Amino acid sequence: MFGRGLKTLSLLTVVLLVGAFALVFFYAPNDADQGFIQKIFYLHVPLAIVALCGFVAGGVYGILYLRSGDRMHDLRSYVAIHLSLILAVGALITGSIWARASWGHWWVWDEPTLVSFLIVFLLYACYQPLRFSIEDPERQARYAAVFSIVAGAFVPLNFMAVRMAQSLAHPRVLTTTGGSMPGSMRLTFLISLAGMACLFVTLWKYELASKHTSFQLKRLKRKLAGDEDAWTPNPRRSAAPQL
Amino acid sequence: MPALPLDEAGKYVAAAYLVFLALVLIYVAIMASKLSRIERELGELNEIVDRRAAEEDDREPIAR
Repeated sequence: MFGRGLKTLSLLTVVLLVGAFALVFFYAPNDADQGFIQKIFYLHVPLAIVALCGFVAGGVYGILYLRSGDRMHDLRSYVAIHLSLILAVGALITGSIWARASWGHWWVWDEPTLVSFLIVFLLYACYQPLRFSIEDPERQARYAAVFSIVAGAFVPLNFMAVRMAQSLAHPRVLTTTGGSMPGSMRLTFLISLAGMACLFVTLWKYELASKHTSFQLKRLKRKLAGDEDAWTPNPRRSAAPQL
Repeated sequence: MPALPLDEAGKYVAAAYLVFLALVLIYVAIMASKLSRIERELGELNEIVDRRAAEEDDREPIAR
């Protein structure tokens, strides 16, 4: 079900990411101001963009779950948010490394872009504990969907608010006028972004396939346990959706 | 701040890309452990089904 097209997608991800990293180090020129350290940008920005898009996607699946009651949408939302959190950790760490090299500090508290991203990250860090705190699977899915929708709506609002704020030290590369990147840098960045997006979709489908298989297995166990005295299932409380 | 020289900037760039690699590898390792659990559980279920089939085969002559 979820494994369909996974092989092609995995190959495309590998090609795009390897191609992107080759372009980063052998094709894209060094930045005139920042020099070689700017190469982090091709990793850090796609990580942050894809993580934020993943959070929004989690909210969209939350809406679909509330509209249809289909548990698969809850699972899709859960996996999208779970993966986005991992990418957000990557964006925070790579951003900190860049900040240390470029600004001389690991973190700058009066920079709206950094702090707002941290707030979004901490907000979503509450998602798993929220799910884990609710035992009833139906209520767990419903509350998680509401959380994902509210938090998902907060992401673009937060993004716009930061854009409208007085620009500070954090570079602005994606602007309505097309930014200030030369063609070679833009091509490299777009391929990195495409590669990161493909990686997200591949891992999302991979985890969905794994979780779905696991649920199918549990159902089979329950069926067998119905008339199998020697074997009893051991249901564990979990933050993951129960199908 | 002025741009860092290549030998110093290289360390930071390598660290950032290694962080990304480590995240992906940790994720794949966790997924691999889940896959091996699924494989083990499937093996257990297969054993149960085989045992049942064997028990039914043993019972069949008595029923006749």
